Amino acid sequence: MSAEATRELTMSEALNEALHEEMERDAGVFVVGEDIAQMGGLFQVTTGLLDRFGPQRVIDAPISEAAQAGAGVGAALVGCRPVVELQIADFVSLVMDQVVNHAGKWRYMSGGRVTVPFVLRGAVSSGIGMAAQHSQTLEAWFVHAPGLVVIMPSTPYDAKGLLKSAIRDDNPVVFLEKRLLYSRPGAVPEGEYTVPIGVADVKREGGDVTVATYAAGVHLALQAARQLAREGVEVEVVDLRTLKPLDTETLLASVRKTGRLVVVSEAAGAGGFASEVVARVTEGAFSSLRSSPVRVTAKDVPMPYASQLERAVLPQVEDVVAGLNVALERVAVAEAST
Amino acid sequence: MASATTTDVGTLEELLLRMWQIRAFEIRAMELFEEKLIRGSVHPYVGMEAIAVGVCAALGPDDYITSTHRGHGHCVAKGLDLKLMMAEIIGREDGYCRGRGGSMHITAMDSGMLGADAIVAGSSAIAVGAAHGLRLQGRDGVVVCFFGDGAANQGILHEACNLGAVLAAPVVFVCENNEWAISTPASASTRIVNIADRAAGYGFPGVVVDGNDVLAVRDTAAEAVARARADEGPTLIEAKSYRVTPHSAATKTDLRPPAELDAWRARDPILRFSRYLAEERGLEPARLEQIEEQARADVDAAVEFALASPRPEAEAALEDVFAPAEWLTPGRLS
Repeated sequence: MSAEATRELTMSEALNEALHEEMERDAGVFVVGEDIAQMGGLFQVTTGLLDRFGPQRVIDAPISEAAQAGAGVGAALVGCRPVVELQIADFVSLVMDQVVNHAGKWRYMSGGRVTVPFVLRGAVSSGIGMAAQHSQTLEAWFVHAPGLVVIMPSTPYDAKGLLKSAIRDDNPVVFLEKRLLYSRPGAVPEGEYTVPIGVADVKREGGDVTVATYAAGVHLALQAARQLAREGVEVEVVDLRTLKPLDTETLLASVRKTGRLVVVSEAAGAGGFASEVVARVTEGAFSSLRSSPVRVTAKDVPMPYASQLERAVLPQVEDVVAGLNVALERVAVAEAST
Repeated sequence: MASATTTDVGTLEELLLRMWQIRAFEIRAMELFEEKLIRGSVHPYVGMEAIAVGVCAALGPDDYITSTHRGHGHCVAKGLDLKLMMAEIIGREDGYCRGRGGSMHITAMDSGMLGADAIVAGSSAIAVGAAHGLRLQGRDGVVVCFFGDGAANQGILHEACNLGAVLAAPVVFVCENNEWAISTPASASTRIVNIADRAAGYGFPGVVVDGNDVLAVRDTAAEAVARARADEGPTLIEAKSYRVTPHSAATKTDLRPPAELDAWRARDPILRFSRYLAEERGLEPARLEQIEEQARADVDAAVEFALASPRPEAEAALEDVFAPAEWLTPGRLS
């Protein structure tokens, strides 16, 4: 792409463009959520859609998250492509039955006779003092439930391209957006493009150690990588982008090259997606591993409010650096964990 | 049993046949469960046949329904094929869902059956969304959501009714009040007598109808469907009835008073309708018997078809989790 053809957009703006383009392209695409029509969403992702597409396709719904999700499933069954916005991703606990027992299973239960092209977007709001009920990173719940695609983008470019792919996909997609990334700018080309589902992206190449991560973890990893580069260590950062289906090919190829793995996730460690990545690599590339894989995750506690406390729970750049030093055997495990 | 709409005898016979088909299908399914040809369970619709048949008589081929764990009656009433239903229930390849769904998940989009749902009240919002989706596509279909009195106290139903009202979605909520949620009577689950009263809280009409009177159900449903089709919004119909068989074929305990059961057996919807057809529409006893026999023969043929259908291959268990997609190439999905 030429330099003239690329602009800087925030992730909010990039997602907004994706919705505009897909609603323009397909009259069956519609959006439902709280404060998304008149107000354009708490994070401006749906700005301008109401004026362009009208209230039948841009719906300010009552605060009934389960019904919004269920309605999305129903509309998908008859051939529409609904996009349901969860204002805060933590509210998924209110919609789990509709997503897990309905969206994810309906096709299978029907013997493959129906499709459920349904997108559930949610804002992951940790890191800004929203406390325990507005700060969870819950992708593992959806990865564990069969029949759902799970996407967590890290850049405006990926967010736009992946949301377009998600809307066009005939499967239910859970699309989690890190709120702190909404205002972060990034290069987005003019014109049409999509990012394929199930394809990881190597955000930085390096031969010494692999960091597998996604969403905000990518930015932590890139900062840590720049820090270690000054010490002569080359870190490869693999942005998984799609957690299900997982691009194990790219992941394993990287670990086979570096022999070392750190997984960075802002979700709690226990039963988390980082554990799944470690398991995949251990099963798929055990003989390539030169050291024990390391998980750098959030602590296994409800998210506290005060900034010092939240910082202590969420992984920070220094935690990633420490994890990398363990994987690189530059420091003993016990030392790193203190 | 007088109908506001005049109906030719042929149509009435069709209603009777459907009711007998449901009855015969359920009795046969319970037998097949005892013979261990059906796994899990079967939730029979015996005693409630007039509701499904009455409601679906008010629907056209472009209308949809959602159903429940007690869903065979809805399927038969909506015109699904008994053979494919039975094959599904005994877990065969020719079943509606290729043996993936079983008794509680029959889905048949071609017949307007969006799916049976074993989560109580689970399909209520799905019905609302499907109804809205039809409007977005410029189709004039209506969606009926069947649920039971037990479902009336689930949160999602409240959300779905309210959302349906706000969207003026072309949906009709049909509460089949059969008095008992397994062992808990409706009177112990709510302090109101009529679940239909709750409609007032959503700003749409609530109607109580005798669920054992097929023509009354049909006429009530026809009004609600017309209202929905005209984009005037949902209606809540509460059809009062009773399931005379146990909660399920696998539930051996039945706490219901025998006198109550007897009283409801005396109001059997099929016998009532047969009496009406004999006394007021002049159907000969031989003709009535012929219809009942026809239903049994249809179910026998369905069982025969189902038993001859191949069992699914074990490898097929991994198919159809996802719809075809570019990323769904062998070795990539994980």
